[in-house]
Amino acid sequence: MTVSDAHFIGWFAELSLADRPQVGGKGGSLGELVRAGIAVPPGFVVKTAAFEQFLVTAESASPLRALVEALDPDDLPQVTTVSRQLRARIEAAPLPPDIAAAITRSYRQLNAANQAAVAVRSSATTEDAADASFAGLQDTYLWVQSLEQALDKVRSCWASLYSVESITYRRRHGYAEADVAMAVVVQTMVDARTAGVMFTRSPLTGDRSVMAIEGSWGLGSAVVGGEVTPDRWVIGKITGEISVREISDKHISHAPLVTGGIQTLAVPDAQRQVACMNDDELQALRTIGRKVERHYGRPQDIEWAVDRHSGSILLLQSRPETVWSTRDAAPLSRAAADPSLHVLKIFGGNR
Amino acid sequence: MDMPAKPKQFPLPSSLKVVPGTERAQAAYPYYTQFEAADDQRFWFYNSMHFPEPMSAFDMVTAEAAYCALGASNTRVHCLPTTLGIDHRIINGRVYIGGNAVTDPAEIARRLEEFKQRAFYYYANWERLYTQWREKMMVLITSAQELPKPQLPELEPLANVHAGLGVASNHRLLDIYQKTLEGYFRMWHHHFEFLLLGYGAYLTFFDFCKKAFPEITDQTIARMVAGIEAEIFRPDEELRRLARCAVELGVDSHFGKQLSAPQVIETLRTCGESGTTWLKELEVSRHPWFNINVGDGFYHYHRAWNDDLSMPFASLPDYIDRVKAGESLHRPVEKLLAERKQLIEDYRELLTTDDDRAAYDQMITLAHRVFPYVEGHKFYCEHWYTNLFFNKIREFGALLAEHGFFPNAEDVFQLTHYELESAIIDLMTAWSNGSAPRGPGHWPPIVVERRAAIREWSQHETPPALGVVPDVIDDPAIVMLWGITRDSLDTWLSSADEANPNELKGFAACRGVVEGTARIVKSVEEISRLQKGDILVCQVTNPTWAPIFGKIAAAVSDIGGSMSHAAIVAREYGLPAVVGTGNGTSRIKDGQRIRVDGGRGIVTILH
Repeated sequence: MTVSDAHFIGWFAELSLADRPQVGGKGGSLGELVRAGIAVPPGFVVKTAAFEQFLVTAESASPLRALVEALDPDDLPQVTTVSRQLRARIEAAPLPPDIAAAITRSYRQLNAANQAAVAVRSSATTEDAADASFAGLQDTYLWVQSLEQALDKVRSCWASLYSVESITYRRRHGYAEADVAMAVVVQTMVDARTAGVMFTRSPLTGDRSVMAIEGSWGLGSAVVGGEVTPDRWVIGKITGEISVREISDKHISHAPLVTGGIQTLAVPDAQRQVACMNDDELQALRTIGRKVERHYGRPQDIEWAVDRHSGSILLLQSRPETVWSTRDAAPLSRAAADPSLHVLKIFGGNR
Repeated sequence: MDMPAKPKQFPLPSSLKVVPGTERAQAAYPYYTQFEAADDQRFWFYNSMHFPEPMSAFDMVTAEAAYCALGASNTRVHCLPTTLGIDHRIINGRVYIGGNAVTDPAEIARRLEEFKQRAFYYYANWERLYTQWREKMMVLITSAQELPKPQLPELEPLANVHAGLGVASNHRLLDIYQKTLEGYFRMWHHHFEFLLLGYGAYLTFFDFCKKAFPEITDQTIARMVAGIEAEIFRPDEELRRLARCAVELGVDSHFGKQLSAPQVIETLRTCGESGTTWLKELEVSRHPWFNINVGDGFYHYHRAWNDDLSMPFASLPDYIDRVKAGESLHRPVEKLLAERKQLIEDYRELLTTDDDRAAYDQMITLAHRVFPYVEGHKFYCEHWYTNLFFNKIREFGALLAEHGFFPNAEDVFQLTHYELESAIIDLMTAWSNGSAPRGPGHWPPIVVERRAAIREWSQHETPPALGVVPDVIDDPAIVMLWGITRDSLDTWLSSADEANPNELKGFAACRGVVEGTARIVKSVEEISRLQKGDILVCQVTNPTWAPIFGKIAAAVSDIGGSMSHAAIVAREYGLPAVVGTGNGTSRIKDGQRIRVDGGRGIVTILH
């Protein structure tokens, strides 16, 4: 890799959360996971430096960020008009040649061994902050099949920073546009036999001693998008005890299309009510979940997949859990002057 | 008996009828145990945990002595703030019990202050008092062992006359009998000296864990608290030791599934030095560890291993096979201790505040402090002492049978303990007067009638509870000892009229999912029907059944909580188990294929 490539490109193993201003939340998070020894699909990040350089060129033609900062988030028609204009401008503008060259070299390096498809994901610098549920507001393109498409989708990701939802969110939360930049993750797609999500605490009760796993056949998009009722398990984080097993009727699955994109398939009858993960795989997932949680020091919300060909379990994404973490503060009990006093909870007489 | 047609209401006691033809047998039970009109105002439940089968007239002493002592401890010794003792009633040989809650806030406050001075003293001085307890129990056991066999010589032995004893042998009968009965009542006081306090400290930790980790399973908490070297594991460990001995001594070929215990012993006695060495090892194990009965200590016919070696000998061939296959059969005590420590630390680490960690440390420390008693007392009380007690009564049975009171020594258990005393006095009087006792003309038809009544009663289901369901079950004793909560009552009610008829819910005792053939085992005599891979469906299991746990695939019981002995032993052997299903033995039919999900506490009838 040339010096200029390193300016625009970061491979996962080189990154950490500290690089978030350059690689966005998603990119930093993937780097952290690789460093912690957790298997993720390999890939690289197109850093914000590329976006910034691209934007300088664009701004020189006509103002861009200033248009956004002038917007009233409650004026939806105006936000929509500006959004449409900006996205069209970004998607149409040519990539600066040095950036295109860096991405091309990295894409070929990633894809040297096989002709696997890639995912091209937005990784905004404001994204995945533990206090802001900003995730999902920018675009992700899955099953991108060629270099040309990948180069297009990088620009689409940049453009998605100016989606109506993104703009509105930033205006509402008062982010300065100059502080907001977009990195793009380019990552090998996993042709998943099974995929899903995992919370390293109970989504129902907040219990930190259990993990909830949901999964279904094929790609995880069917689960995340709510298009299928997934199988569900609750596993003791420490004991490995599987206390809940709900095997559901999984009528459809998502699969990659050779032409790019995703197709919805009917699951064969014989497979619909078969558990999509066996106990060994669930235990392996538990181990991964514990590792990730220990690594970040707090409960996580994880997307995972089982590679159809290798059978290995890969972590696609990990974010801090945000719903229950705000409720952890109040203690349930405290030390008693005489430990015997604790038993009054059972024997009555209200301590 | 039918379940109530109306939901949310169990039958009233007054609507529960004595089975026709058994009225006289019912009348034998003391007046204070018969249901009366006022009992319709209270809530009762069938104590099938301790009394799963109709009780014979004598065996009712086990309920009476136990509730006498439990009540004294709760009401007047430790002064539990919110509860007094437990009343019991008997109908159709079934024991129904009802708690006495304290609801007046002023009275609760007064009792609370008493409780702190009493119970807290026990918690603070637990080890010393428990050491003292064991000494008291050993004194009690030794004095029971030393009671002479009741005998009536034709003439008073000359030695007694010359010694100037001044009391004749007939008086000694009464003396022995009263001491036997007194010792049994005393044993129950010892039994309850610590029990509720122990369960309470355990449940305090349990309750905290359930709040801190709402989805933690009962058995995980149990694993954090359970002792590693509890007495209840010892009888089975001795069997494993004897299996190893048999292989080491090269006498293992003399054991076989088709051979009875006396056959094996006879072969070993005559096969040379190795055989006699093994028999010596057997004696080492027997005293005291074979003083364990095949039930829970509430039925005279649940004989001790020492009295009937068929149970321990039935499991020796399996253990011998495993030794020969290279298993050590040793419990990895160090490893189990390390695992328990790690489990406690791992859960501690998940707590989010220092306050919680400090409280957790105090509660688990207290739970570990009390638990040796909770796990250990049964061996001394319900097993060792109870065996001595029933065997002494059996000696009276033999003496009375010898004098024609009834055909068999075992018939003595068809008399209440009051009636037995009267029969003894009858014999004493006749012996002193040189006339014939009246008993032989009196007891034989009564014994026949009562045996028939028990057979009849066992054919009838009895409702799990009677009377109006209370809004809350806030009696800590009932929650602790029977695991009965408002939720479990609702489950009992609903299982009769709604829900999936093929699904039973209970307590998850030990995880694992297994399918197999159900064998309904209603008494210990039926244990031999179990084939390898069968699922045991019973009213209650206890630690002496452990040896068959290697043979069966899973266990399901009507009664029991996650800390019941069945659950503890199931976990120890990794046997999937669901306990406390309420009515598994009546809803599941013998031979049906069922699935046991021990981690979720669900049993499914497949077909």
